[in-house]
Amino acid sequence: MPAMLDNGTTNVSPAGAVPAATATGAAPEAFLSFDGVGQVFQTRRGPFEALRDINLQVQQGEFLCVIGHSGCGKSTLLNMVSGFLTPSSGRVSLRGAPIERPGPDRMVVFQNYSLLPWKTVQQNVELAVKAARPELSPGARAQVVEHHLEMVHLLDARHQKPAQISGGMRQRVAIARALAVNPAVLVLDEPFGALDAITKEELQEELLAIWQEQRPTVLMITHDIDEALFLADRIVMMTNGPSATIGEILEVPFDRPRSYETIQQDPRYGQLRNHALDFLFRRYAHDDD
Amino acid sequence: MTTALATPRSQRRPRAAWLRSPLVNQLKAPVVCIGLTLLLWQLLCLGNTEGFPGPIQVISQTWDPYISKPFYDDGGTSKGIGLQILISLQRVAIGYTLAAVVGIAAGMAIGLNAFLRRGFDPLIQVLRTVPPLAWLPISLLLLQQADSAAIFVIFITAVWPIVINTAVGIREIPQDYTNVARVLRLGKRSYVRDILLPATAPYMFTGLRISVGLAWLAIVAAEMLKADGGIGFFIWDAYNAGGDSSTSQIILAILVVGLVGLALDRLVGLVGDRVAAGGR
Ligand SMILES: Nc1ncnc2c1ncn2[C@@H]1O[C@H](COP(=O)(O)OP(=O)(O)O)[C@@H](O)[C@H]1O
Ligand SMILES: [Mg+2]
Repeated sequence: MPAMLDNGTTNVSPAGAVPAATATGAAPEAFLSFDGVGQVFQTRRGPFEALRDINLQVQQGEFLCVIGHSGCGKSTLLNMVSGFLTPSSGRVSLRGAPIERPGPDRMVVFQNYSLLPWKTVQQNVELAVKAARPELSPGARAQVVEHHLEMVHLLDARHQKPAQISGGMRQRVAIARALAVNPAVLVLDEPFGALDAITKEELQEELLAIWQEQRPTVLMITHDIDEALFLADRIVMMTNGPSATIGEILEVPFDRPRSYETIQQDPRYGQLRNHALDFLFRRYAHDDD
Repeated sequence: MTTALATPRSQRRPRAAWLRSPLVNQLKAPVVCIGLTLLLWQLLCLGNTEGFPGPIQVISQTWDPYISKPFYDDGGTSKGIGLQILISLQRVAIGYTLAAVVGIAAGMAIGLNAFLRRGFDPLIQVLRTVPPLAWLPISLLLLQQADSAAIFVIFITAVWPIVINTAVGIREIPQDYTNVARVLRLGKRSYVRDILLPATAPYMFTGLRISVGLAWLAIVAAEMLKADGGIGFFIWDAYNAGGDSSTSQIILAILVVGLVGLALDRLVGLVGDRVAAGGR
């Protein structure tokens, strides 16, 4: 269904729309919370319970990675944060208010980039800023766009179309577009899965740099344990589906800023890594993974 | 492509070098095949000087005034082929523009609204298969006047592919783009301008391109039945005159109709490539 039909109203400014008082006054633990969340899909072969009994509290500014075998319900979980799905049971709430539909306070970096092919790199980012931050003057908007393109090293490619640039560059545009909106929550669904190792590492570093600067709350799905250990404050490990839930949450204690060299020398790195591998490939081993 | 390989050889045999130039390479096959066809046609017509003309007679019999003075005007309906074509093109321009405007608007409404889509789909499927000329009597009854009737026939013939393709284009807007629109909560205007139109444009132009061919098909037919002027009228008029050069005039007109139809098709294709670049 086209978007225009279900939201005929004017744009809602992202962070400002939600009363800030609740965030500052109340305990910070309630920033993003999942309370008894379940998701049941109605399929042709009857109801299919993808997720059950998800309970999770996320702090403001926290970086969370979600790991689990494919098909366990990671995308489903994050779609309830971005608002593309509403829970069948329980509640997902941001700053105390239930999440009901997508909005620019919860920007998404989609798995397949989702750039508009008829717009240049710069126009793609501009469109997002213009839509989500209508209060910015044209000058301020241009500055925001330029700053974010610079953060992902895309100033030189700003006038190119998505078809003319590489996959890594496209994902950079998608990240710049999402963060230029200055969202409270950033949702990334396997953003670097299709990239080669070097590009992947560059993008991880760029993502961390922007995150350090703006401190959005990040929820990111990944298949890569090293990536999760490098990026995350906590790693959420999912059990297998159907009826998947959170199996275990791993605290990642390394100081920031991090680099692969320093954290890999830390003795805890190996322990955490083995623990995660043990969870995924022994306790919740999966035939096709 | 093969220039690098061809260089040493062309040095050895410089006289044959032009034979391998890309232009000659491209033209070789059509020139040979069309030449042979013309030759065969000429040979078949050699025996009878009275009957069907060969290509040489066609040219010699129509040279003056039809080829040499395409824009002559002796008043009334006696006009050069160029002028007749212009009359037809004018009718096509009006009918086709109407079809484009109405077709795109209707296609959008049908693409966006499931109720309208389900409601009108059977009607569209039936009406789009009606041959152009079947519309002529009813449009004459409706509009009374030959010129408007011809324009209406063009409109009603050309409108269906535009409606159908526009509607399909709107339904085929990738989920990725609508997801972007939903996350950003794009307003209606921005959604139409930044996502809906660019995503649908290639489909619209597919419809527009099919339609321009149909429109041209329809006008020639409609003018043959009922019109005073236009290339279809010219063909029918030549047939009715039954003079020595009638057949040659008809053959020449058919060739011109084909060439103009091709030009129209290419023109819309070219505009589509420009406007809808990167849409898919
Ligand atoms: N819209 C839907 N309708 C029915 N089943 C779905 C739908 N979306 C996801 N599923 C099912 O829910 C499970 C979890 O899917 P998903 O969240 O995409 O997994 P992951 O992202 O972890 O690979 C899968 O078995 C999938 O087939
Ligand atoms: Mg997934």
